[in-house]
Amino acid sequence: MAFENLTSRIQTAMKTLSGKGKVSETDLDETLREIRLALLEADVNLKTARNFIKQVRDKALGAKVLEGLNPSEQVVKIVNDQLTAMMGEKAVPLNKSSKIPTVIMMAGLQGAGKTTTVAKLANRLKDENHARPLLIAADVYRPAAIEQLKSLGDQLSIPVFDEGVGENPRKIVEDGLKQARENKNDYVFIDTAGRLQIDQVLMQELKDIEKMAEPDEILLTVDAMTGQNATETARGFNDALGITGVVLTKLDGDTRGGAALSIREVTGKPIKFVGEGEKVTDLDVFYPDRMASRILGMGDVLSLIEKTQKDFDEKQASEQLQKLQENTFDFNDFLEQLKQIQNMGPMEDMLKMIPGMANNPAMAQAQIGPKDFSHMEAIVYSMTPGERVDPELLTPARRRRIAAGSGRPVVDVNRLIKQFKQMRQMMYKFTNGKGGLPAGMEDMLGGMDPSAMGVDPSQLGDLNAGGFPGLGGSGKGGLGGKVADFAMKRAFKKIKKAKKKRNKRHK
Amino acid sequence: MSLFDRLRGRKKDEENEKKSFFNRVKDTFAPLPLDSEEDQPENKLSLEETKKPSANKKKVSESEEQVQYKEDLEANSYEEGLTKTRSSFSEKFKMLMANFRAVDEDFFEELEETLIAADVGFEMALKISNELQDEVRLKNASSKKDVQNTIIEKLVNVYDQAGNGENNEMLFAEAGQPSVFLFVGVNGVGKTTTIGKMASFYKKQGKKVLLAAADTFRAGATEQLVEWAHRDQVDVVTGKEKSDPASVVFDGVKKSIDGHYDILFVDTAGRLQNNDNLMRELEKMKKIITRQLPNAPQEVLLVLDATTGQNALQQARLFKDSTDVTGLVLTKLDGTAKGGIVLAIRQELHLPVKWVGLGEKVDDLEPFNADEFVYGLFKDLI
Ligand SMILES: Nc1nc2c(ncn2[C@@H]2O[C@H](COP(=O)(O)OP(=O)(O)O)[C@@H](O)[C@H]2O)c(=O)[nH]1
Ligand SMILES: [Mg+2]
Repeated sequence: MAFENLTSRIQTAMKTLSGKGKVSETDLDETLREIRLALLEADVNLKTARNFIKQVRDKALGAKVLEGLNPSEQVVKIVNDQLTAMMGEKAVPLNKSSKIPTVIMMAGLQGAGKTTTVAKLANRLKDENHARPLLIAADVYRPAAIEQLKSLGDQLSIPVFDEGVGENPRKIVEDGLKQARENKNDYVFIDTAGRLQIDQVLMQELKDIEKMAEPDEILLTVDAMTGQNATETARGFNDALGITGVVLTKLDGDTRGGAALSIREVTGKPIKFVGEGEKVTDLDVFYPDRMASRILGMGDVLSLIEKTQKDFDEKQASEQLQKLQENTFDFNDFLEQLKQIQNMGPMEDMLKMIPGMANNPAMAQAQIGPKDFSHMEAIVYSMTPGERVDPELLTPARRRRIAAGSGRPVVDVNRLIKQFKQMRQMMYKFTNGKGGLPAGMEDMLGGMDPSAMGVDPSQLGDLNAGGFPGLGGSGKGGLGGKVADFAMKRAFKKIKKAKKKRNKRHK
Repeated sequence: MSLFDRLRGRKKDEENEKKSFFNRVKDTFAPLPLDSEEDQPENKLSLEETKKPSANKKKVSESEEQVQYKEDLEANSYEEGLTKTRSSFSEKFKMLMANFRAVDEDFFEELEETLIAADVGFEMALKISNELQDEVRLKNASSKKDVQNTIIEKLVNVYDQAGNGENNEMLFAEAGQPSVFLFVGVNGVGKTTTIGKMASFYKKQGKKVLLAAADTFRAGATEQLVEWAHRDQVDVVTGKEKSDPASVVFDGVKKSIDGHYDILFVDTAGRLQNNDNLMRELEKMKKIITRQLPNAPQEVLLVLDATTGQNALQQARLFKDSTDVTGLVLTKLDGTAKGGIVLAIRQELHLPVKWVGLGEKVDDLEPFNADEFVYGLFKDLI
């Protein structure tokens, strides 16, 4: 009735919300109202829902909103996470006794699915652990309950102990256990009659059986379709017996299964298995996350959140890729850097920081002559945009074309390409360096010796006239590592900034 | 005529042993000095007052008393068992009303919560609560007593009106033909048990009864029905385990005609409403019946477990789609569950509850009684 509109309602609620950053009180209460309704529609007990919402509220208030989500979606995400956490651990195995037999006792209301669950569990143990279980038929009340268990035992070739309907269930269990010990069965299942938790006579019977059989496991079997009453039932059985685990049955239906949350809250005991069909193999271990999203019933919203998160991750990844691309050094950067060197941009900044350097005559030599620069510029400008970005394209034929285009000899073109590659390698080392400057860089900055870059000074020819990029003069190590690091970083920042500007222009 | 009016009409019918709910309510009020309280301003209700949130000290202590009282009531029912709870109805109700407190915003909030806790469902609870608020306003109910009357009247009417004039009675075939009652529902709700009880009910009325064990799927299901047939001393048609249930149905219908039976009860295997294959199997069984007896089945009874929550509405929808359900049986009302979802089912699908199951014994089946049901829904409130 209400539920069809729930997802759309919560989405509307989300749309009206705005703002970024933190989850505000208004965001919270709008959304939590819808969540509370969702839980009630899923049959979560009223009190359980209220407690749960209170917990979430405390947790969510002021929580940071993930980028890409709106505050309301963030709240749903917190709710889902919290719900999953509250559902408990995944796949808690059956308790096992240190000496055989392990005794497992069933308990629950009429029609919950105890007998079917006994058959499924015993069969699972037999198949997976080569167990040799014995099933004790202690339901003497429901007509043909014993026949049901015996028929299942027959089908599965698992022995069933019974003494008919005339015997007291306490006696049946006692005798059954005796037989199990004699036959060295490693597991014993006690199938008990369904009963109301308020039926004092029958609850006493269960207590007596428990006292005598000292079961290692008492499994409360609950129909997943149970409504608000799940709380009372779970409390009744848990208080009387101290259950050790829960089996949730008939989850193959289209119920949202909110009872699971109520039972968890009341008993704090793990949900160990879920029944998902009438076949003996239709038994699965419990998955808290699946149960949580089933109860919340906001599959649409949850997948929206998931998608937003994924999109966000993808966006981040592509940004990172772009950054990486930004960090690749191409001819445009090279030219830019040359320009800066020509203006004594970063180098000047850098050198000025060295005491006594500011007025050093060597500074003058650090200049690239305007003529050299314009030659180099001409070469780069004769390249196609593709070639400027990817020097690998520069085949001998292209180099000849570029030489012709720039009016420079091919040897100049080759030299420039070589210089470019060396510089790029340095840049690459720097950006990928794990802090600090690569050795070669320090050398360069320290010694300002072109050979430190692996450049043959003689090859620089005219270009070297201004001493690019070596500045000569000062001795090795004249520049402290930290200062060098700082200067390089600044230089690099400038390169990147210029690059961004260029890219923008091209867009 | 609304159910409430009918109840009112019945008031004169003094020898009517089973007094209507409303009359019982009236009776219970009589000895209480309610009118004397009328002068106290606190009990005067106006629109403004119902809107005002109340959190003064006096109210708090009142609600503490309330809690204590509820605990006592619970303890009582644990001690006495449920049959006694039902028999001491008027006694309890007197106590409830004595503790009735002022009707304000908190009261309606609590009413909503009580209804939700009874599995009525959120929307339905809200609707009832809103209508009640309007009604209290409309009738300008100014005394405690007026408010109480209004609420009770309204609750009974909510159930009644949603019924759309449907029939609560069981439908039978014309004389000389067997009536066929087909039982459907999810696993473990109490189909077989209900058949066992109902067969006995009609046998005692002198009907010649036949059972058909068409749950050939669940282990021991046939034996279960055969045991009931034995207890009830009625005949039963069975098939082999895992055989086609439709053939058991066929045999049952045939035998009911040939053997001049009055009623044939058809038990079917439990199935979840979202299992399309099994729902089609049910349709097929129904067709088998109709092919031999064009007016049958006279009743298709959907058995619902009172402990079921909101999913019962979905059960009703889908079973109605596939087998034209004619009525509901609400089982396990002897437990602590209230089965409030039938209100929503009635609202949406106009399906009447015809029977209620109150235990596992053969006599633990009763025709549905709207007053008792309504009482059960809100008895925890006051
Ligand atoms: N307490 C109680 N138990 C019931 C009631 N009706 C059925 N049961 C029990 O519920 C269980 C399932 O009933 P059954 O008739 O086998 O369900 P089916 O699978 O729908 O045929 C059995 O243990 C019945 O004894 C009822 O009104 N009250
Ligand atoms: Mg059955």
